[in-house]
Amino acid sequence: MLYTLTSVLFLVGLFGLLTQRNIIKIIISVSIIESAVNLFLVLVGYRKEGLAPIITRHTSHGKIMELSVDPFPQAMVVTSIVIGLSVMALMIAIALRLYHIYGTYNIDEIKKKQEEEKT
Amino acid sequence: MTESLLISILVFMIISSVVALFTDELISAIIAIGALGFGGSIAYLIMGAPDLAITQIVVEVVSLVLLIRVTIGVGLRLTAGCCSKTRTAVAGAVVLLTSFVFAFSLRLFPAFGDAVMGRVQYAPSIFYIEYGLHSTGASNLVTAILLDFRAYDTLGEATVIFTAVLGGIALLRKRGRNISAGDEVSRGDTA
Repeated sequence: MLYTLTSVLFLVGLFGLLTQRNIIKIIISVSIIESAVNLFLVLVGYRKEGLAPIITRHTSHGKIMELSVDPFPQAMVVTSIVIGLSVMALMIAIALRLYHIYGTYNIDEIKKKQEEEKT
Repeated sequence: MTESLLISILVFMIISSVVALFTDELISAIIAIGALGFGGSIAYLIMGAPDLAITQIVVEVVSLVLLIRVTIGVGLRLTAGCCSKTRTAVAGAVVLLTSFVFAFSLRLFPAFGDAVMGRVQYAPSIFYIEYGLHSTGASNLVTAILLDFRAYDTLGEATVIFTAVLGGIALLRKRGRNISAGDEVSRGDTA
């Protein structure tokens, strides 16, 4: 059920990526896809009644071995979230640059203006 | 209990992403994407990943600020009208195909709550949980992996962020190099 819901979230992002013509909307759909993938990776490592993978004075070694959530996908997803932010910042910089040049965020209008410049 | 909570949060996230994609105003799309990110942060908290929840909140706030910066420059205009029929049909076909791929591949995973690391022989996660505290001295196993077992990954992440910052500066600077009209150098070389 939960895996299906994350894939639905991914598909919503994919549909938006393919249909939208506004650069801001395309950036938004990329970030939707990112969050769906991150959620799926963390869900795969979840255990029923799982504990956070932090060892305290009150958790014995056996208990953490038996109940801890998988820490490995979590560590990788931390990396992926931060990289997602920097990719988004780069996309926004490109969008701003395009807006300075063409005065619009719509891809179709940008294409039209490019063709007008050529002729 | 955990599962039903997670299901409700995921349904909330799906609704907010649909709203974000199909509203006409850019600013409400951005607010909806913020709702999606904070819902994800709560989901991480429930799934036993406090580090991820904190990181997600920080990243979400920063990306909201960036996106609002983009829209404020436009003066809150409405987006232009939507897509042609053929484009929607092609996108629907691609989405349908991908959903079939998902439906086939998701059956290979164990049921929810049964971690994959328990099914794999010699899974690295088991090693990290067993010897993480002993060999690194970090009581938080996620930081033990990030900064010790897989430190090269973190180094690569820093490189990616640095490159993105360089690209952003190069794209957004106001003053470029001055090129006079009679220069020998063509524009493509210096740009």
